[in-house]
Amino acid sequence: MERISKDDVKHVAELAELEFNEKDIEKITSQLDRILDHVANVSSVNTEGIPPTSHILDIKNVFREDMAEKSVTQESALKNAPDEANDGFKVPKID
Amino acid sequence: MKNEYEPVIGLETHVELYTNTKMFCGCRLSFGEEKNIYTCPVCLGHPGSLPVINKKAIEYAVKIALALNCKIKKYTIFHRKNYFYPDMPKNYQISQYDMPLGVGGYLDIDMGSYIRRVGITRVHMEEDTGKLLHKGTTGRISESEASIVDFNRAGTPLIEIVTEPDIRSPGEAKGYMITLRNLILFLNVSDCSMEEGSLRCDANVSVRKTCEDKIGTKNEIKNLNSFKFLQKGLEYEVKRQIKVLETGGEVIQQTRHYDSKTGTTKVLRSKEEAHDYRYFPEPDLVPIYIEDKMIEDIRKTIPELPSVKAKRFEKQHGLPKYDSSFLANNKDLSDYFEQCCRHYNNAKNIANWIMGDFSALLNKEKIIIKDSRVTPENLCKMLEIIDKGKINSKIAKAVFEEMFSTGGDPQKIIEDRGLEQISDEGLLEAIIEEVVKDNPGAVEQFREGKDKAIGFLIGRVMAKTKGKANPRIVNDIITKKLS
Repeated sequence: MERISKDDVKHVAELAELEFNEKDIEKITSQLDRILDHVANVSSVNTEGIPPTSHILDIKNVFREDMAEKSVTQESALKNAPDEANDGFKVPKID
Repeated sequence: MKNEYEPVIGLETHVELYTNTKMFCGCRLSFGEEKNIYTCPVCLGHPGSLPVINKKAIEYAVKIALALNCKIKKYTIFHRKNYFYPDMPKNYQISQYDMPLGVGGYLDIDMGSYIRRVGITRVHMEEDTGKLLHKGTTGRISESEASIVDFNRAGTPLIEIVTEPDIRSPGEAKGYMITLRNLILFLNVSDCSMEEGSLRCDANVSVRKTCEDKIGTKNEIKNLNSFKFLQKGLEYEVKRQIKVLETGGEVIQQTRHYDSKTGTTKVLRSKEEAHDYRYFPEPDLVPIYIEDKMIEDIRKTIPELPSVKAKRFEKQHGLPKYDSSFLANNKDLSDYFEQCCRHYNNAKNIANWIMGDFSALLNKEKIIIKDSRVTPENLCKMLEIIDKGKINSKIAKAVFEEMFSTGGDPQKIIEDRGLEQISDEGLLEAIIEEVVKDNPGAVEQFREGKDKAIGFLIGRVMAKTKGKANPRIVNDIITKKLS
């Protein structure tokens, strides 16, 4: 059974700002299809009465108090910037 | 009912909370300081860093949701909202998706002749983004060569409040925003400054024939960042859509940008691919379970809200509806008003001064009432002095202005500047004698029955006494003298 179409792959690629040629699209579609097939094995497990969970650990309410901690300096913050200007991260023009 | 077009409007409002620190890390919130000085591996999105939820932000969010009559979801989680835009270093924003904190609330908007109840679909928590500054001459995205990103704001606790499409005019939209802002100011969880961007608003607008139930195709309008722009931008957009429909066209779903210079809206982007945010549960954060006790504890911290306060002012202080609502909707003014009521018992007099001369000066100096130099005690002292007839209302204005600029005691100002009203009939009679002699024309006119002439004569007496004459006594003497 086909779990994913070529159009789905094109859509996801576009969202991820990736470009592929037709040949690659076909290859990726069949690969993803197999991966989804594999993951679908999960549905063979009986989950009746088990509530959905969003986290693997059975813990809740992990909070911090509203206390200020030291931030890093501007210099070290900008160390990882691809480019910098005027004390800021310089990025290409956005369309 | 006439078959006319009506606007259908829903608003999305973002409110920055004023906690000490960011939503998921211990960096301080910034207030227009140097760029990129409040960041850390968490809010810079460095690999391996982990967010931890600020408890205070959750409490503030619950407080807002409760004040908006929402049902608090006991079990709530965060999602990742994925998008390509350099305002977030992670390429996603931690937000809430299908399990928001609060749902199903409402806010009543007093439109004067009617109340519009606006449904609150949801109240959810998220983190604010960084600020993008566009290099280039105009500051507009489309004309810039590069953008500079400041991540000081990235991670600031943000609340999004989404309404049902219940708003039926641009005026109601403005009313909603004003009411919401006042409400949140009362809760003391945000400074709600539209100028500073701590209160921001986007609108979803469509139009339909009044006979239809179905909602038309909507457009999202951005950059409505003042009460005035909100109303103007919506007015323009509603007219634009009606024109499209009346000329046989079709409204296309778009995101539009309001340009305050031209007063028009322009297409920012069409809603297609771009809006698939691929939300999924944030794996770095564990779920939140809000216990009943926490809700009740927070509910206790909610003060008397504007609508309730306004009704109380009407009942307790006998104020007219307009005055009550004017004062009750402003936390500072209503606090000040109530302090005054402890010292002086004519509440209407207090309200008149606060809403009139006092507000005018506050607006002129751009300060809020609690930062002014006029204490409630001194204002009340002045009102008593007026009541006793020691100064007239015109002089009172001058005295008040001096109190406002120096913080002085009204009695002392009156004494120092010799402003006490002249009620001595003998003294006034002598001055009036002079004025009558000097202005035979006006006297003649008065005798011919021209009522206006007496105003002129009183004015002359006032000028001679530098405004200190008791106008009532002057009036009596002149009338008696000339008739």
